[in-house]
Amino acid sequence: MSGLSGRQTGAVRLMLMLAVGFVFILPLLWMVATSVKPEDQAMGAGLSLLPDPPSQVFGMAERNYRSVLTDTTVDFPLFFRNTLIIVLLGVIGAVVSSVVVAYGLARVPMRGRRALVVLTVGTMLIPFPVIMAPLFMLYSELGWIGTTLPLYAQFFFGNAFSIFLLYQFFRTLPSELDEAAQLDGCSTFQTFWHITLPMSKTAIAVVALLHFTYMWNDFLSPLVFLVKRDQWTVALGLQLYQSRAGQTPWSLLMAASVITVLPVLIVFVLTNRIFSRGVAEGAVKG
Amino acid sequence: MATVLRENAGWLWVMPWIVGLLVFFVTPLGMSFFYSLTDYNMLEAPLNVGAKNYAEILRDEVFWKAVRNTLIYAGISIPLTAAVSMAIAGLLDVDSRLSGIVRLCVFTPTVVPLVAAAMIWLWLFNSDAGLINALLGLVGIDGPNWLQAQGWAMSALIVMNLWSIGQAVVIYLGALQNVPQALYEAAALDGMGPVRRFVHVSLPGMAHAVVFNSIIQTITAWQVFATPYIMTEGGPDRSTYFYSHYLYDNAFLFQRMGYASALGWVQIVLIGLCALVPWMISRRLWSTR
Repeated sequence: MSGLSGRQTGAVRLMLMLAVGFVFILPLLWMVATSVKPEDQAMGAGLSLLPDPPSQVFGMAERNYRSVLTDTTVDFPLFFRNTLIIVLLGVIGAVVSSVVVAYGLARVPMRGRRALVVLTVGTMLIPFPVIMAPLFMLYSELGWIGTTLPLYAQFFFGNAFSIFLLYQFFRTLPSELDEAAQLDGCSTFQTFWHITLPMSKTAIAVVALLHFTYMWNDFLSPLVFLVKRDQWTVALGLQLYQSRAGQTPWSLLMAASVITVLPVLIVFVLTNRIFSRGVAEGAVKG
Repeated sequence: MATVLRENAGWLWVMPWIVGLLVFFVTPLGMSFFYSLTDYNMLEAPLNVGAKNYAEILRDEVFWKAVRNTLIYAGISIPLTAAVSMAIAGLLDVDSRLSGIVRLCVFTPTVVPLVAAAMIWLWLFNSDAGLINALLGLVGIDGPNWLQAQGWAMSALIVMNLWSIGQAVVIYLGALQNVPQALYEAAALDGMGPVRRFVHVSLPGMAHAVVFNSIIQTITAWQVFATPYIMTEGGPDRSTYFYSHYLYDNAFLFQRMGYASALGWVQIVLIGLCALVPWMISRRLWSTR
């Protein structure tokens, strides 16, 4: 026999859930709170989420964020633009090439398909640190060091994770579709273009969004390959706020962190909606 | 001839990826093996030295220190995250709006860029003005200088890692969804309370997912880099100096490309060996049942 009644365990579970949710969201709350405080109050170790007096909040927010966005010694907007361009090119490259490769792998006849799928999954298990040194040498042979090419060029030849996800998705489509299209005189490419692609919008969106987050969050490749400061991404630029002249300006560092986190967070919220819409559409179509 | 072509038309479609594999994986791996047998500083031509780098690694104290740190981190972090994320999954395995909101809260940190996460926790762990020591102060505990005190720095990284267990929680929740409701009802009829139901019904339902997660986490533990690099720079006294950080320093700080390449191959072997551990533990557990 359990010592608690059903209602009591329900209440305990409710309290625990609230506590867990709060603990996980607190670091982000605290980041935002620090970013809207004057520096001396941020360092004052107070537990308040708002500055004192609270009416200061908008003025301080404007001051801190404006300082991050206009400070020419750090030039955060430049890092933001760089990241956006690099990530956009990488996502376009990865999606276009991976869709084609995954379609070939999943739906077009070929011998040795299994071996190639295994090889593709195998590359995901090779840690990046193992190949980063030779990749650096390879890229400097190609004359790519000093440009942003090392961060996105390879994705135009496909990305293992995206290929694998799309491959699995394409495998689930009924083969009757292809056969019917081919009976109607469609070539393989026409089948791909007119039949498969329109049915795969959600899967493609998911792959694009996952690759976007992956690239936006990447730290090690920019650190290794971006040798010129004016080509840096936000992940690298954030470090410039760390202990400038001995004392880290925490309110500014947190404001810059908010700006770094915001794009992925927005995309994450949108993804949630696309995911649920995809699920709903699937349910309607049966 | 025409049928051979038709039966292999797929190869035309996968051509970009074949090129990508050759240029961005096979070539660097081949180069890495070649350079691991040389002394190479990127300025002069590589000098063939045979297996010298590998022999040196075995005598290298810093290498052993980095291996030890990585193993300590993985050894504590993996069971700890497994326990915590299974407990949270069990807690959230109900159909309610609140559960949905809390799931979102738990998952959100996993999309926060590592660098931003490192900055946030650098601030939370700050010894004078950080939130964690301020909260500890409320209950009369004088918190340590987390990131600069030996022993505490590694604990801080392990605690921080708990923040991003959202993916594991989602996987465990998925596994729980496949547990037949009838099992819970039978357990309740047997007079089991919620805790015992969790232990006897939910936990076995998540067993396969635990093995999968542990293998993935073992692989990622050997690649931990950004967080200690930003938060502790491997210190104090190399107590948070991880394997990938040492490899990075050899390649790009000390310009020892040959030695770094050898470290990379040793890393592949070590990851392979370590990934076997969760698998073997699971085999042992299942065979005794």
